[in-house]
Amino acid sequence: MMRGALALLLVLLLGSAARAERLIVSVSNHRVTVTPNYSGEELVLFGSVEKDATTPADRTAYDLVVTVMGPRADMVTRRKERTFGIWINTDYRQFLQVPSYLALFANRPFDAITSPEIARRQQVGLNNVLLTQRVSGDFADVVPNDVFRSAFIRLRTQRGLYREDGSAVTFLTPTLFRTGIPLPAEVPIGTYEVEIRLFANGAFIGKTETAFEIVKVGFEQFVATTARQNGLIYGLVTAAMALMTGWMASIVFRKD
Amino acid sequence: MQLYLPIADLPVNVFLVLAMGAAVGFVSGMFGIGGGFLMTPLLIFIGITPAVAVASVASHIAASSFSGALSYWRRRAIDPALAGVLLCGGVTGTALGVWTFTQLRALGQLDLMIALSYVVLLTTVGSLMFSEGLRALLRTRRGALPPRRTHNWIHGLPLKMRFKRSKIYLSVIPVVIVGIMIGFIGAIMGIGGGFILVPIMIYLLRVPTSTVIGTSMVLTLVTMLFATMLHAVTNHLVDAVLALILMVGGVTGAQFGVRAGQKIRGEQLRLLLGLLILSVGIRFAVELVIQPSDLFTIREFGASG
Repeated sequence: MMRGALALLLVLLLGSAARAERLIVSVSNHRVTVTPNYSGEELVLFGSVEKDATTPADRTAYDLVVTVMGPRADMVTRRKERTFGIWINTDYRQFLQVPSYLALFANRPFDAITSPEIARRQQVGLNNVLLTQRVSGDFADVVPNDVFRSAFIRLRTQRGLYREDGSAVTFLTPTLFRTGIPLPAEVPIGTYEVEIRLFANGAFIGKTETAFEIVKVGFEQFVATTARQNGLIYGLVTAAMALMTGWMASIVFRKD
Repeated sequence: MQLYLPIADLPVNVFLVLAMGAAVGFVSGMFGIGGGFLMTPLLIFIGITPAVAVASVASHIAASSFSGALSYWRRRAIDPALAGVLLCGGVTGTALGVWTFTQLRALGQLDLMIALSYVVLLTTVGSLMFSEGLRALLRTRRGALPPRRTHNWIHGLPLKMRFKRSKIYLSVIPVVIVGIMIGFIGAIMGIGGGFILVPIMIYLLRVPTSTVIGTSMVLTLVTMLFATMLHAVTNHLVDAVLALILMVGGVTGAQFGVRAGQKIRGEQLRLLLGLLILSVGIRFAVELVIQPSDLFTIREFGASG
């Protein structure tokens, strides 16, 4: 009981000390619309580190880690193996509620910012982000060099959906920073959470959050929603469209 | 010009897809087939997942076979009774096919099954057609008469029925079985099945050539419409935007294909078609045997996303 109270006090004290700096951030666009000719774009995140009276005077060099997480989804990674001379999907792992888009940006290499232990706790770098797997009934993340985990990250990175960049955050002044958030053409729609973590001399000082939203608009969004929600009507319309096109072709190209 | 495909979930160049539709349409018009066995692989090749490709091509084939069926209907080259019996089997087969498709997709073996069925079916049909075309070509060189058509065991089956327009007297059992088979593979592989159905009807069922293509187009039309519906309702995989671009390209290309086809002799046409089918089959076989560049694949599952 006593120990618990002490620990709580300690946390509170450290917490207030950690709030010596305040992070103020904003993204250039809180609502990105995906139109039929959308081919990717880049958002810009601006922010500044605000010091107050309690900030130790020797704190001058800050490190920032920006984590952008897209809507979460369940995914399955399959591995092909040669069976009877042909390549067949054999083993698989399920990744549960993992971000469909994940980007980590920092102002210098992730391993230089803080100690491995804090990096793991604060999920700094792609190797330290929590990706829950279902391994034979258990739910857990595995070691970073697990083949399924690294294959998963590699494939998502190839599609531009996962990325990490240890030089993307630039400090315009010692306290004012900016970073670009590239969004590829096949960006998943939904709400994106942005977490900004502040480090100084290897210690985690604090974090703040913001969010933006990616929405599909126009005809194609209408098509996608209808296909999912009114499969029967959608099928009927598509079938009717096929008949119309065929009929029109036979009229247009009629020889006699 | 880039266009975002809503169901396939990726941007494509409209003109590329239009050109693909036109090219496949040209081939299909030339040989009198639906062209699904070319279209589906091409779509997979430009990055559309096999599942979406198969489901979307179904509606594309429905469009091209409808325009074909209409012109055959005007020429009274369709046997309604034969088409009706074929359809009984075709609709059953399609439903079975879409059900199997859904099961395989859940197991993660759909892509493999699509590839395997392409290899088996296309290499078999392609080499049969190629060798038959070659023999026919040599025969005409030597000036020999084609072998006389004889009745086979199929004509000894019970439940016989008279098909007036085709002027044949045939058991309904093999006709229904052929319908089931075509419907089933059509739904799984995203092909109309015309290139298998026409030879079967000519060589096995002895349907006269005057009604064979028109009647097979009716079967293709109805099974593909049905497959479109089922794929849309159960798997939500039909990309209507993609299908529309393909249709427009396809029906246009087909008109020029028909004209080109009329200039080539029948045996040479069969030889060419055999070669084409065989090469698509071999292409799939090679892909299965060589080590893929990446052994891992990712797919989303569940309701989210």
